[in-house]
Amino acid sequence: MRIVWFIVEKEFRQIFRNRMMLPFIFLMPIFLLVVLVNAATLDLRRIDVALVDNDLSQTSLRLTGKFEASDIFYIPRAYTSLEDAFDRLQEGSVDMVLNIPAGFERKILREEGAQVQILIDAINALSAGLINYHSQAVVADMNRELLTGVTPESAGAGAPAIEVSHRQWYNPEMDYRIFMYPGILVILVTIVGMFLTAVNIVREKEAGTIEQLNVTPVRKYHFIMGKLIPFWIIGMFEIAFGLLFGALLYNVPVEGSLFLVFLSGAVFLFLVLGLGLFLSIISTRQQQVMFLTWFFMLVFILMSGIFTPVESMPGWAQQVNVINPFAYLIRVFRMIMLKGAELAEVQGDLISMAIFAFIVLTSATLLYRKTAAG
Amino acid sequence: MEKVIEAVDMTKKFGSFVANDSLTFNVGRGEIFGLLGANGAGKTTAIRIMCGLLRPTSGKITVAGMNVYRQAERIKRRIGYMSQSFSLYEDLTILENIRFYGGIYGLPERVIRRKSQELAEKLDFWRIRNSLIGSLPPGWKQKLSFSIAVMHRPDIVFLDEPTSGVDPDTRRQFWDLIYETAAEGITVFVTTHYMDEAEYCERVCIMADGRIEATGSPADLKELYGAGSIDDVFVKIARPPRG
Repeated sequence: MRIVWFIVEKEFRQIFRNRMMLPFIFLMPIFLLVVLVNAATLDLRRIDVALVDNDLSQTSLRLTGKFEASDIFYIPRAYTSLEDAFDRLQEGSVDMVLNIPAGFERKILREEGAQVQILIDAINALSAGLINYHSQAVVADMNRELLTGVTPESAGAGAPAIEVSHRQWYNPEMDYRIFMYPGILVILVTIVGMFLTAVNIVREKEAGTIEQLNVTPVRKYHFIMGKLIPFWIIGMFEIAFGLLFGALLYNVPVEGSLFLVFLSGAVFLFLVLGLGLFLSIISTRQQQVMFLTWFFMLVFILMSGIFTPVESMPGWAQQVNVINPFAYLIRVFRMIMLKGAELAEVQGDLISMAIFAFIVLTSATLLYRKTAAG
Repeated sequence: MEKVIEAVDMTKKFGSFVANDSLTFNVGRGEIFGLLGANGAGKTTAIRIMCGLLRPTSGKITVAGMNVYRQAERIKRRIGYMSQSFSLYEDLTILENIRFYGGIYGLPERVIRRKSQELAEKLDFWRIRNSLIGSLPPGWKQKLSFSIAVMHRPDIVFLDEPTSGVDPDTRRQFWDLIYETAAEGITVFVTTHYMDEAEYCERVCIMADGRIEATGSPADLKELYGAGSIDDVFVKIARPPRG
């Protein structure tokens, strides 16, 4: 055990002496947590509308007024021809075209059923869905008013009998940042755990010092523990730092137990450290291991459900997530931090992560050789 | 004389390439033993097998009385090794390197402190003890690296081309260190392709193409081959006269 301590001591010395390492540990988290949390948002803040109003009636003005009165629709200017408005959609300067045909008001007054046309830029299917949803809401509102207002005597019959009332649970202000924060924290911890560990070990291979260690009484489990403990400690520090930072900056809550957050983080770190170790053993150059870790991180992050709900992925992709460590911790962090989940609710994921960590660490240890078979 | 290394028919094959072809030799305690040969003759392979970094294909090899197949990890406590590539940590200071290597060989704190002071006096580095290794000239690094390799007082120290790339003056100082170490009873096993260095060894093996071509003291070899220097001996072995 004393040997492990000497290795840990040496690692900390080298980490704190490395000019690249300190910014990585302290500045990158701040950058990630500030920039990514704000930028990687799916909130629809502003929908630019190209308006074509060929009716120019009181009713059409009332409809456009309704769009403008909402928080998210902006109508910078009106166009006389649909072609002009469509060109704006084509070049991407607006998100939506609202086309009110001539005779709109007349048809409504005659109760013939009028139509408006809404053209949506659907390159991003997700935001197109949201635009559709928001415009339907405005139009439906208008409809209700028309039914109640234009024919006052039918007001009672026309008003919807069942009104759906919404209440957003767990994130009442629908703050996307609070939803993103636990996920970004997981990415951060992984960069420290997997990436830094892998690069650190391969660096020692490149320098040739690993060969020197291989002729000393340092056993492979000494070496592995000595290498992993420092990054485990740094990883735990990053979680604490991230939670504090999130609480101060965005009021990110920890509804559940703080201990449970750290416990799941600790188990997860063993897992990603093991993966980093594994990748460093099969690599010989720093470039190689960087490429490998980035590849895995990219796949894991994109499939983890941090940006898109796992439930809307195809079945095979959800299966892949069984081996995606990110998916576990992001789910667990969101559950504990936002929903206040108890141990009983996350223990399944915790046990899976622990088994996974055990498998990865064991196979990495078996794979590590002090003697080249040559 | 007590034998600390005994190799009988030591063979190492990489696929169809035979890097070491039935090497048989032994080294006595306290001896300075040189393994000579051109680059690619198989010296490094031989040294790596004895240090337990490489598994031999066949042959009977004992180092410090232990079997390299079965007791590799125990052998590692009894040997020191200085590889061709420089292997101290460039981003640690002299003292930190000494502390680290002392620690992993299990030396107590007190001994590590004493050794640091002894080494500082011997190599005269107390003034720069807190400088990073990376900032030192190559000659310094080599001397330190050797001193650290024998700090835990091993039975044998293996030196793989320790003097390649240093100036003649530093090379001579380095050999002074080797002599001092051998005088303390530590066996020195050194590989080199500098033939003049062979004269410093008590006994040498000359290798070519994975085989041992000659073994003996430098004086005996010169007499046997009727040569004026080991360099001449080597030329005669490597390029035998035709006809």
